[in-house]
Amino acid sequence: MAAMDRRLLMERSVAGRRAVTVPEPDVPLTPLPDASLLRDDLLLPEVTEGEVVRYFTLLSQLNFSVDTQYYPLGSCTMKYNPKLNDEMASLPGFSEIHPLQADETVQGALRVIHELQEMLGEITGLPGVSVGPLAGAQGEFAGLLIARAFHEDRGEGAVRNVALIPDSAHGTNPASAAMAGLEVVTVPSDEHGNVSVDDLRNLANERTAVFMLTIPNTVGLFEPNILEITKIIHDTGGLVYADGANLNALLGLAKLGELGFDIAHSNLHKTFSTPHGGGGPGSGPVLVTEELAKYLPAPIVSENDGKFVLGSPDRTVGRLNGFQGSFGIVVRAYTYIRLMGLEGIKAVARNAIINANYVQSQLKDDFDVAYDRFCMHETVMSARRQKANGVSALDISKRLIDYGIHPPTMYFPLIVPEALMIEPTETESKETLDAFIAVMKKIAEEADASPELLHSAPHNAANTRLDEATAARKPVLRWEPEAAD
Amino acid sequence: MTLANSCSGGSPSTFIPNTDHDQQAMLDAIGVADFEDLVADVPEAYRHPTLDLPPAAHEMSLASEMAALASTNYIPGDYACFLGSGAYRHYIPAVARKVANRGEFMTSYTPYQPEVAQGSLQVAFEFQTMVSHLMGLEVANAGMYDGPTAFAEAALMAARITKRNKVVALDTVDERNIEVLRSYSHYQGIEIVRASSADLTVPNDAACVMVQSPNVYGVIEDMGAVSDAAHAQGALAVASVNPMSLGMFKSPGECDIDIATGEGQSIGVPLGFGGPYVGLFTCKDSYKRQMPGRIVGKTTDTNGETGYVLTLQTREQHIRRERATSNICTSTQLIALMVAAYLATLGKQGLRETAELCYQKAHYAASQINALPGYSLVSDGTFFNEFAVSCPKSSQSILDALIQRKIIGGADVSNRVPNGIVFALTEQNTRAEIDRLIEALDEIGSMS
Amino acid sequence: MTPDDRKYSKEHEWALVTGIVATVGITQFATESLGDVVFVDLPEVGSSIEQFGKFGEVESVKAVSDLFSPVSGTITERNDAVIDDPEVVNKSPYEAGWLLKVELSAPSEIDDLMGAADYDKLTAEEG
Repeated sequence: MAAMDRRLLMERSVAGRRAVTVPEPDVPLTPLPDASLLRDDLLLPEVTEGEVVRYFTLLSQLNFSVDTQYYPLGSCTMKYNPKLNDEMASLPGFSEIHPLQADETVQGALRVIHELQEMLGEITGLPGVSVGPLAGAQGEFAGLLIARAFHEDRGEGAVRNVALIPDSAHGTNPASAAMAGLEVVTVPSDEHGNVSVDDLRNLANERTAVFMLTIPNTVGLFEPNILEITKIIHDTGGLVYADGANLNALLGLAKLGELGFDIAHSNLHKTFSTPHGGGGPGSGPVLVTEELAKYLPAPIVSENDGKFVLGSPDRTVGRLNGFQGSFGIVVRAYTYIRLMGLEGIKAVARNAIINANYVQSQLKDDFDVAYDRFCMHETVMSARRQKANGVSALDISKRLIDYGIHPPTMYFPLIVPEALMIEPTETESKETLDAFIAVMKKIAEEADASPELLHSAPHNAANTRLDEATAARKPVLRWEPEAAD
Repeated sequence: MTLANSCSGGSPSTFIPNTDHDQQAMLDAIGVADFEDLVADVPEAYRHPTLDLPPAAHEMSLASEMAALASTNYIPGDYACFLGSGAYRHYIPAVARKVANRGEFMTSYTPYQPEVAQGSLQVAFEFQTMVSHLMGLEVANAGMYDGPTAFAEAALMAARITKRNKVVALDTVDERNIEVLRSYSHYQGIEIVRASSADLTVPNDAACVMVQSPNVYGVIEDMGAVSDAAHAQGALAVASVNPMSLGMFKSPGECDIDIATGEGQSIGVPLGFGGPYVGLFTCKDSYKRQMPGRIVGKTTDTNGETGYVLTLQTREQHIRRERATSNICTSTQLIALMVAAYLATLGKQGLRETAELCYQKAHYAASQINALPGYSLVSDGTFFNEFAVSCPKSSQSILDALIQRKIIGGADVSNRVPNGIVFALTEQNTRAEIDRLIEALDEIGSMS
Repeated sequence: MTPDDRKYSKEHEWALVTGIVATVGITQFATESLGDVVFVDLPEVGSSIEQFGKFGEVESVKAVSDLFSPVSGTITERNDAVIDDPEVVNKSPYEAGWLLKVELSAPSEIDDLMGAADYDKLTAEEG
């Protein structure tokens, strides 16, 4: 790859250049406050508009993205993001309204929130919905606060302080539980990649506030004992929480509420096609049964005689962010569901599941499958066979970059050694999957024949492998001006 | 589900490429007769539930339906808008908006594979550079959800550092910030104590003192005095600031604040009815390992070329799980990019001039309103771009009357000040708009 | 080679006793399973620690491990060189990469630790 000019903005800055001019005041001037209150200097770049455009455009080209590459990153649901979503979110009537405007001046916006609440409730079978939480992790936190409030109202707040969490869970589950003041007790998985029901039965008791389960689970499998699992927890008086990270596999296929889940969150940036943005903004609506709706975080939108109002549920767990959530993301998810409609939503799970099983079936001779059974929307494979020859999941991932494909999620879940988690999503065609399968087979051959090719990959990206150890030992976290002499 | 005015007739095939024929070929290759064989683990009685959703909409029809819906909202710009109190209507130059819309930025994931995410990573490093220097503190993370959550997480961080659990918040901190702090700290055993900003006393078991500047009345707080009072009791000083005000006012770092946070909306993010925004989070270098959130660091690759990576990751949930500094796993990167592009575009001169323009407009408006019969400024402290006014009639009746005149008035603070309204101004409020507001207030105030 | 002048715990720490003071560190096996050490968190001089109790943390890029003390006593010295340059722990776990010096409060506890041969047997099973 040709050398690129990677200089930072401050290294491009030339005194006196500017990218925008600011009008002169059109009001009589007031003296500025005393100099002791004012700052002397601002350390910001001085560049022209053209330089701003070229710099950020150059940087954008250093990214792999769904718009430019196949991106089978497991558990992240990197599906295509319809462009109408973004256009609707930037309509002036949505993007330029102030969050504190009176309800009667923002009826259109409140209608969108209300209708999305209804649609998410219908899709998941959990009718109490707040779209307030700003990300999946915040939705989780909200859900756990709801569980705690529910137990407190029943006089069991002090004793029910344990969150049961499978060993295969995403790290946010225990982290959110800790923020909600819950003690984390880990539930082992069995040899088929399911929750060990016997262990769960032994661990569930009168201290269980909630069992947090990702469904399908993080190895891409649907818990065959799901009805027994929800019953075990309910019999002890606990609640069952669904981490909706993998909800894409269930769109139109099953409803969380009907399976016995009491609380869930959904990631609009995964299942409902809003852009991941390079790591946010997300949106993590929290969904609950009718019984738990009075605890939802504030605010939610309700309808009275055709008028929409923002309000707080009776026993709300409170406010989790400044205003009413990621409204721009809410508009995008709403647009997506409307474009897909009933037929489209039903087709999502079917296509996502066929695609994942197709990839798994075509690669299982070349790579180990973590659990050899049909998967849901993603397959977890393992490079343990290649590891015997010194080639790791990391090496395989980096080699995929050379072929213009974004690597799968690697080393997660933690219970699978050398994990490669592949989620094709429903928006990829058979041709794309066939091309990916061919590349993976080629890499499997290379792992045998020329492992050094993989150890030194990637070869044609913006950078070769980066030294993360030095970055952590001697952190350089910003540009600094050279010491003045 | 029937929606008002809903359109239909579209097809999901626009996003799902595999035809029935493709799907059958893949099922054959998998070796199953039917899709149902793949989902046998889902209890049969629960499979394919009835679903009440509207039919698919044509893009063209939906676009026009939603445009009509959006236009029913009262849009600042069409209406003169003097509402602030945490979100401000600043002008965002076209170039800053354009670069943030690149698909390569929009549709990538968190940079776990740094070699193919250098764009996002270098942007985050730029964001950290500009935000940390703006705040006057050594370290900035790559972004939080929003201002209030950043402020709340700062309190949790101060409690971890000092191993104390009493958080002292000045009584001039906006209630929204306090409500979020309450939700975040409730199960952490943290006690929130409100303290008078006029007569601050800090208990000797306080983890931190929390100040907001400009405060809920728009007044610039003496952050230096807050730091001194906190440090004297072994507590940290935590600030929430409006970053636009830092275009001219002293930074938290210059006032010896330990952790400074802010709502990034005012520097490059559209109002958007409250989000998505980005939280700014900065601290002194010695506290960086207790920070929540993503942090990007500079390093080199195997060829010695400069590149960027996520760093200090052992603080985070994917490694430390229940002992992580926070459960957050986003940096709200796309919005951080908007902030970086905005600050790059305004630059050294532009940010200062914009801040001063806000200051001038607000001071003109304040002096004119203060001269109206029945209206008076609540505080004589130094303010930036917003100020509280005590009005001759109920805040609600004044705001209602203003809407009739196509003016979105300020925020109702009658819970704090009798008949109180906080008005905010930005560089986008013209003199004509301001004069129209003054005239309307005069007229409304004198009506019997 | 595992030095046989000192004793080892199951948690992969070592203790080298000279008089009433033990020097404490982590084993080569531990550094190899951690990978590149990027940060070491150690307690202050003067604080006391207990045998098999947690006293600090050692971090690699993507893992955190608790440190468990092989002995009880009061910390008399801390190796700030490994805090400034954590790589020393990888390069020289048994010499320059030591972590703490501890004045023993219960010297007989040393008998609860393993010799080099037993420790090698343990790591052969784990590794």
